[in-house]
Amino acid sequence: MFENLQEKLQRAFKNLRGQGTITEENISEALREIRLALLESDVNLNVVKATIDHIREKALGTQVATALSPTEQIIKIVNDELIEILGKDTARFKFSSQPPTVILMAGLQGSGKTTSSGKLATWLKKGGHRPMLVSVDVYRPAAREQLAIVAKAVGAQIYTGKINDEEAGTPLVLRLAKEALREARNFGNDILLVDTAGRLGIDEALMDEMKQLKAALNPSEILFVADAMTGQDAVNSADAFHKQLGITGVILTKMDGDARGGAALSIRNVTGAPVKFLGTGEKPEQFEAFHPDRIVSRIMGMGDIATLLERA
Amino acid sequence: ERTRSQLGAGLDNVLALGRTVDEETLDELEAVLLTADIGSSTTSEIMRNLRQRALREKATTDELKQMLKEELRAILDSVEQPTNHPTQAPEVIMMVGVNGTGKTTTSGKLAALYGTHGRKALLCAADTFRAAAIEQLEVWAQRSGVDIIKTKQGGDPSAALYDSLTAGKARGADIVIVDTAGRLHNKAGLMAELDKMRRTAQKLVPGAPHQVFLVLDATTGQNGMQQARLFTESAGVTGIVLTKLDGTAKGGIVIAIARELKLPVVFAGVGEKMEDILPFNSDAFLDSLLG
Ligand SMILES: Nc1nc2c(ncn2[C@@H]2O[C@H](COP(=O)(O)OP(=O)(O)OP(=O)(O)O)[C@@H](O)[C@H]2O)c(=O)[nH]1
Ligand SMILES: Nc1nc2c(ncn2[C@@H]2O[C@H](COP(=O)(O)OP(=O)(O)OP(=O)(O)O)[C@@H](O)[C@H]2O)c(=O)[nH]1
Ligand SMILES: [Mg+2]
Ligand SMILES: [Mg+2]
Repeated sequence: MFENLQEKLQRAFKNLRGQGTITEENISEALREIRLALLESDVNLNVVKATIDHIREKALGTQVATALSPTEQIIKIVNDELIEILGKDTARFKFSSQPPTVILMAGLQGSGKTTSSGKLATWLKKGGHRPMLVSVDVYRPAAREQLAIVAKAVGAQIYTGKINDEEAGTPLVLRLAKEALREARNFGNDILLVDTAGRLGIDEALMDEMKQLKAALNPSEILFVADAMTGQDAVNSADAFHKQLGITGVILTKMDGDARGGAALSIRNVTGAPVKFLGTGEKPEQFEAFHPDRIVSRIMGMGDIATLLERA
Repeated sequence: ERTRSQLGAGLDNVLALGRTVDEETLDELEAVLLTADIGSSTTSEIMRNLRQRALREKATTDELKQMLKEELRAILDSVEQPTNHPTQAPEVIMMVGVNGTGKTTTSGKLAALYGTHGRKALLCAADTFRAAAIEQLEVWAQRSGVDIIKTKQGGDPSAALYDSLTAGKARGADIVIVDTAGRLHNKAGLMAELDKMRRTAQKLVPGAPHQVFLVLDATTGQNGMQQARLFTESAGVTGIVLTKLDGTAKGGIVIAIARELKLPVVFAGVGEKMEDILPFNSDAFLDSLLG
């Protein structure tokens, strides 16, 4: 689809071979290509700027090692830099010493919270846990029915509770959440997974509801569920959720598409929270622990970078 | 209430009074465009035109802002709104797009909107795949006071469409709005299903589907271009509905799409309530994009 970064860099460096050192002059075209590749991948502009500065610093004065061509050398620097930003953390949870451990799913509308709740329940069950699900999305039409169907499909317990003539609002949300917590305790579930309604980070009333949920449930994990197709706005939404709630991890969904997923870098950079899982389809088992190399090679439009650089 | 992005300073900051247009101003302007998701190639073309004009005409910052708006509006307005009027009722509108963009919500909002214009709509629940998608559309049918035709979960979406068009004709509906399942454009099998639905519609109503709306989430980045390209290939998109503009995302990718694929934006989604839909207005959109 696109010319990959390696080909572009090779072009940028065609005159460099034999010069020995990467200098300000001969690297500028390469940096321009890297900048474009990052922007095309939806890495936020400010993150791109900072990253390019780092790469320039690292690259300048680097002796072109005999084993690596200048292109490979730069690719290695870019690769290392992006992996460093993303971090090496994999899926690991903080469990509460007093079960049930509460996991709160949060994020914008349509990002994949409900689907990911079902996936996470499946993943946890495989790991020998006994999760209970609850949906406190009393707002979106059929949101609670959706989670009920998902729970049934994956064979996970769910607390549905009863809603009579109560108005959809924070009191109802808090009641359902507290009841579910009690229910999980009574049934001996070691994990309570709470699916929440999609909301905008600038929606003060709904963000306040989220803070009250946090206070009521004391969750060990608040997972920000984000769509891999997100563009420059990823920093704004992630920052808003993080500032108001303190997110502990990220689930990046819809990775089965062809988006490059640069939002992962933006979100990690602005919140410091690690990406823990990738959603790779609509089915419950299409869910993977996160490995940074996968997104890095997508951003660079290249296959297995580690193999390429093995000689290093 | 929309807040200004903390990172990309708005245009008003860049073009504060008393600043002369220089390279730095232009660079900052470029940042405004890039952080709105307009994309690097469209941005560089706009900046090339703008730079020449601004420096040649020794533009003031006010004039520069005006020029930029003109450039962007020219791109958006160069694309004609779709005008495929049906020769025979009902008019068939298909909602397509990747997962979670707002197809079902927009279907419900549109049914209500057409109703206020005295046009009787009927909803077709053709998302037979996602959990509770049918129940979700049923709530919207109730809210907007229109009929809904559905099959069971797991059924054939083309069969649901067939039933809906038959019912639509029998009941004298003016419009049938077809809510389809979300699908990623790189999945050939799922995209072929849309093509099949088009052929089914065509068989029952001449010229159908009259409109195919690509529902695009305003938070989408550069992948939006590929979505527009591939959904147009498989489903014959006639226009875009840009949703979630009530958030902080600017939705600038529609400018790149208008430039490259000549697809118009028809409606804007600005919230989760029934009345949160507006006919797209390029002026208002650009004011918010550049603000
Ligand atoms: N292809 C693909 N689709 C996904 C993935 N995760 C979720 N989806 C789909 O994305 C759409 C939205 O998912 P939901 O789980 O309903 O999203 P949500 O965040 O709960 O949405 P709201 O509750 O309305 O805010 C559905 O069509 C899901 O099937 C994924 O990893 N890949
Ligand atoms: N803030 C905001 N939310 C919206 C808007 N349009 C839709 N939503 C929300 O986005 C989420 C997804 O909307 P749906 O209508 O279910 O999206 P969909 O495209 O039908 O999703 P799938 O069928 O799963 O692919 C829901 O939570 C909606 O309430 C909008 O304009 N603004
Ligand atoms: Mg949900
Ligand atoms: Mg839907």
